[in-house]
Amino acid sequence: MIPELGHFALAIALAISVLQAIVPLVGAQRGNVLWMSLARPAARAQLVFIALAFAALTHAFITNDFSVAYVAANSNSALPLAFRISALWGAHEGSLLLWVLLLAAWSCAVSFASRGLPLAFVARVLAVMAIVSVGFLLFMLVTSNPFLRELPPPADGADLNPLLQDFGLVIHPPMLYTGYVGFSVAFSFAIAGLIGGHLDSAWARWARPWTMLAWCFLTLGIALGSWWAYYELGWGGWWFWDPVENASFMPWLLGTALIHSLAATEKRDVFKSWTVLLAIGAFGLSLLGTFLVRSGVLTSVHAFASDPARGVFILAFLVLIIGGALMLYAWRGASMGVSASYATTSRETFLLANSVLLTVACGTVLLGTLYPLVLDALNMGKISVGPPYFNNVFVPVMTPLVILLGLGQHARWKQDRFATLCRELRMPLLGTVLLLGAAVATMSDARSPRAIFGLALAAWVVSTSIGGVVQRCRQRSSPWRAFLSMPAAYLGQHLAHLGFAVTIVGVTLVSLNTVDLHTRMAPGEHSELAGYDFHFVAAVPLKGPNYAGTEAQFEVTRKDGTAIRLSAEKRNYHVRGMPMTEAGIDPGLTRDIYISLGEPLDDKAWSVRLSVKPFVRWLWLGAMLMAAGGITAMFDGRFRRVAARPVERSVSADSVAP
Amino acid sequence: MKMIPMRFAVPLLLFAMLVVFLGIGLNRDPRLVPSPLIGKPAPQFSLGTLATPETLLKREDLLGRPYLLNVWASWCAQCREEHPLLLDLARAGQVMLVGLNYHDELAAGRQWLAERGDPYRLTLFDPEGKLGLDLGVYGVPETFLIDGQGVIRYKHIGPLSNDVLTRQLLPLIASLERAPR
Repeated sequence: MIPELGHFALAIALAISVLQAIVPLVGAQRGNVLWMSLARPAARAQLVFIALAFAALTHAFITNDFSVAYVAANSNSALPLAFRISALWGAHEGSLLLWVLLLAAWSCAVSFASRGLPLAFVARVLAVMAIVSVGFLLFMLVTSNPFLRELPPPADGADLNPLLQDFGLVIHPPMLYTGYVGFSVAFSFAIAGLIGGHLDSAWARWARPWTMLAWCFLTLGIALGSWWAYYELGWGGWWFWDPVENASFMPWLLGTALIHSLAATEKRDVFKSWTVLLAIGAFGLSLLGTFLVRSGVLTSVHAFASDPARGVFILAFLVLIIGGALMLYAWRGASMGVSASYATTSRETFLLANSVLLTVACGTVLLGTLYPLVLDALNMGKISVGPPYFNNVFVPVMTPLVILLGLGQHARWKQDRFATLCRELRMPLLGTVLLLGAAVATMSDARSPRAIFGLALAAWVVSTSIGGVVQRCRQRSSPWRAFLSMPAAYLGQHLAHLGFAVTIVGVTLVSLNTVDLHTRMAPGEHSELAGYDFHFVAAVPLKGPNYAGTEAQFEVTRKDGTAIRLSAEKRNYHVRGMPMTEAGIDPGLTRDIYISLGEPLDDKAWSVRLSVKPFVRWLWLGAMLMAAGGITAMFDGRFRRVAARPVERSVSADSVAP
Repeated sequence: MKMIPMRFAVPLLLFAMLVVFLGIGLNRDPRLVPSPLIGKPAPQFSLGTLATPETLLKREDLLGRPYLLNVWASWCAQCREEHPLLLDLARAGQVMLVGLNYHDELAAGRQWLAERGDPYRLTLFDPEGKLGLDLGVYGVPETFLIDGQGVIRYKHIGPLSNDVLTRQLLPLIASLERAPR
């Protein structure tokens, strides 16, 4: 009964979203206040019904209702409760339900937090979000219904993929999806702006905090995915350039360009059409990512069961949403008004250059991801693109980006003098040399040319950030007061840039200096690696709720005699018969010790992989700092103070009073 | 109506191109592309193996019995997924498995096998992807069934599944084994 109610709630949500997509939009064109004011209650009602459907499916998972085909395929009565709940988004249908739930939650949040915005604008924004919602709800109900019954029900479920039975995977998809879906807000703001024809700096100010929040979630989501792959997949890698990883990375790159471009649009009234295009692109790539994952045009580790009907549907939807948006852009883009002027040497130039570089970086990832597909479509042969391509093209694009980032932090808005800029950059340049010198002096493995290169880039970001703060404060009458009353947006900017530098350090050192030893070890034996003694103490049988396996206990001793105990596991999950590796990891700020258990060999020996991974934590620490920077910037009072102001401006622009 | 500047239509045109490619891509299942090589002799090659990279093997050295040529690489995530199945297949001993280590490094490839077990009789080492190119490798992993006369009989793109193995490959192998040499 409850699954049917969930199905019904989805159908009602679809009806509401159709209303929400049409009525407020028409109302905004005609200036009908009543029609426009339908948008807010509709958005909230939609959330209620989708949440009901979500609760119904969760209930089916918790109560082990295997008559629901989706539950039977992805859960098992022996599965622990926490994983039974997260199993909901462990496969295609359920992750779509999570997607629409989050979209409805974002719409609802916009409906509450938009009191200061003109009604016509809110109506358009919510209508555009509803159009997206209609597409996804239809897609679910027509091709991917999670509530379908299978009678008679199987005795037990086929279990959740063991790879997904992990805390990281409980929170990774919701984070990532919140980010993806969050870009729909910026997208809807852009479309509403294009339709309404007023794209001034106030528009950018409304869109900024939303975009930043979405970007923070996406940043954390990607970092979580990378962390999960590192400890769960058992070979210690943290990024594979897999099509699905790329699908989340591309919106992140454009989203990063977008938040910077929005800042310039807000402060200086420049790059308006470029910002709109980035907003369309960031969300478009989120949708494209969905298409690539679900349609089966590309194969990937993350591949869900692919189905051509689903592919056709998503492609049609993509054409409608993104094609429509770009058509609107082609038609109205020119009418967005003239940008304020700026000189060649100015912060605007550096920001523009960097958002172009980020777009280029995104383009190279897109090219690499789609290249096999395009060549095949042109009958030019079949190739595969692996990490070598991405690593080779990505570094050359990121290098100028980092250099310009430093310049941009110092250059003034509108106009700067090249000579002044050079003079001001003397201190940061000195700082870079000092930081780099300190790093090279203290770390013996940071002395290869490539390591020095990467560390120099990171040091440049750090010292220009600090230099920027110092310079700003010294210009004020009381530097200390200026330092303590720094605006949140400014503080957030530097936090995020520091985070970026931390990630650069992590990427550089872990890529260049990881040491691995692959060896055969029996209990009682010792191996040595990078100054650590690894002692295989014992192999003990292991029994979990839905798996059995072996736990290999290790004692790792440093030269100075301090010892730590680590255990690596090999698990075999009963239902799916999949062997899984749980790595034994000793995390540390400057290095991780990583042990993973391979295949059992004859006479009690195991194939074992021992690794020492310097600075690998910095990858995720940097991502956390970036997200923290974004959150900090979001709380800048300016975004709230301004809420009242645009109302009277929009009266003249839209001739509609809220 | 005034002219719309063309540059605002550029993104739309790029997007239209993308959609055309995606549309064509939809009609081609990457796992089921019928290879034009089926029924044709496997291409010539001269490659070392992971164990002995200096000793070159040729196409003729592998003739006589049917074998499965499995293309893999240490950077290939899906190969990990497929690997347990290959190990089982090797243990069952119904068919000889030959690996083709594709666009990879010697140490990485060796380590990968040492870590996960080695189902292959031997693994050809193809760091520049020469044989891969001749075979039309689309994405790693791929698996080719080559008969005793060196003719390609079957091709599978993506990780092998139990289903493909039991329904298609094993019956085909059995019929090849029965066929007069």
